[in-house]
Amino acid sequence: MSCTAPPSCGTSAKLQAPFLTFENVRLRYGDADDSLALNGLDMTIGKGQFVAVVGPSGCGKSSLMKLATGLLMPTSGSIVAEGKPVLEPLKIVGMAFQNPTLLPWRNLLSNIMLPLEIAQPHRSRLRANRKMYEGLARQLLETVGLKGFENRHPWMMSGGMQQRANLCRSLIHEPELLMLDEPFGALDAFTREELWSVLQTVFMQRAFTCVLVTHDLREAAFLADVVFVMSARPGKVVATHRVDLPRPRTITDTFDPAFIEIVSQIRREIAHVWHGQTASGSPQ
Amino acid sequence: MSPKSFRRLERAMPWIVILGLLIAWEITVQALHVRKFILPPPTDVYAALIQYHEPILLNSLFTLENTLAGFGIGVIVGLVLGLTIGSSRLIYAGLYPLLIGINSVPKAAVVPLLVIWMGIGQAPAITTAFMLCFFPIAVNVAMGLATTEPELEDVLRSLGASKLDILIKVGLPRSMPYFFASLKVSITLAFVGAVISETIASNDGVGYMMLQAASQFRTPLIFAGLFVIAAMGIITYMLFAFLENRMTGWALRKQTIMMTGG
Repeated sequence: MSCTAPPSCGTSAKLQAPFLTFENVRLRYGDADDSLALNGLDMTIGKGQFVAVVGPSGCGKSSLMKLATGLLMPTSGSIVAEGKPVLEPLKIVGMAFQNPTLLPWRNLLSNIMLPLEIAQPHRSRLRANRKMYEGLARQLLETVGLKGFENRHPWMMSGGMQQRANLCRSLIHEPELLMLDEPFGALDAFTREELWSVLQTVFMQRAFTCVLVTHDLREAAFLADVVFVMSARPGKVVATHRVDLPRPRTITDTFDPAFIEIVSQIRREIAHVWHGQTASGSPQ
Repeated sequence: MSPKSFRRLERAMPWIVILGLLIAWEITVQALHVRKFILPPPTDVYAALIQYHEPILLNSLFTLENTLAGFGIGVIVGLVLGLTIGSSRLIYAGLYPLLIGINSVPKAAVVPLLVIWMGIGQAPAITTAFMLCFFPIAVNVAMGLATTEPELEDVLRSLGASKLDILIKVGLPRSMPYFFASLKVSITLAFVGAVISETIASNDGVGYMMLQAASQFRTPLIFAGLFVIAAMGIITYMLFAFLENRMTGWALRKQTIMMTGG
């Protein structure tokens, strides 16, 4: 994919500094033959980059998330975050999953503020600066369109609203790395597209590094700077795809021939890879 | 039926059923001329309640005291045990079969042993009440902990949360609805335990009183004792149901909202 509008290529400057690197990573659960989840995975994620990982179900996408955040250690290979090998859970991460997992006994505001009660340095500052932190939380809720819902409980809200709140919770402690595992998978199409835009807005405002695991190719192309295509189990990266469309991208843009071409190109690669042939790698 | 009158009927239903049952009982016993020492009519039981109200009150208080003491110990032990087996797979694997074994032993069979160790009266009654009531609490609390979503655990661990953090922020509140639900069951089991022990090894309490009444064929008094135990069970059950509603209303509300599709 060539760059059509030069200003949009600002992301490529950030690519110089790798934020997270996977090198020949192999992950095995137990000893059985089919227990190999990942094999020979290489992936480089630049600082401030929005990366999407697409792959067939069971290709180890979720294992990838756990490896990247240090919740799981690879069987072999190395994972390096900001120049340091990942040997224990990273503490600069925000995570959100398909299941919003908000705590039903807390209202929205205190749900959002949960990470502040755990992650340092906020943990020790929270008591003294509660007003300030509450302000931050309210501001974040406003950004995702949940202003006025601070005192509601999660079970009073729709799935889309819960997912917005989930996004807020993953961002409140200003993580450098945001990991999203099919966060919009359970939502209806309209809500999903709305949340794409919300996520893009937050991403542009806060300049964090983001890894989005998804099986929705339009979602991947809409949000990401780089799309990694993974093979079936044992998973590895078989194609890398740059999406150099300018931001902010709008839902209308997704009907643009250029966008459709990108999506169908990824789809062709995937069809090629997932039907058993060996991939020749990146189309670039 | 209007919603208001439906709710009034709903509230009256327990009384209607109990009253109906007593009336049916009375009529059947009178009509079939059942002898009083086999099955007395409710009016005779009521008469016995009035006649022996003083010893009944004293013995009931004794039973209530034993029950609550055993229940109190059961709550503490059950909670600690539940939290322990719920948060460690190893401890769970080690203790669970043992707990099931202990729970399967008929408690009436243990009372003689308790008598050898503690003598008769209050001590074995409290112990039996405790033994019957800690198990549901422990199992429920452990189950509540197990409902913590693994995703949420990942979210918290990636924030640098310790096991204790996760337990305090998520596990404990998450298991509270299960805990309070088990209290209702456990308090009634504690009554069973206390009365069993009093029947076998005590000179006080409703259990002892009923055994004495039985030896003298004073069947109405036996029933009076049963009624009193049932009444105490219902009252304490309702007390804990109320407490459950107050403390963990969020869990109940969630269900009702989900049921109406909201």
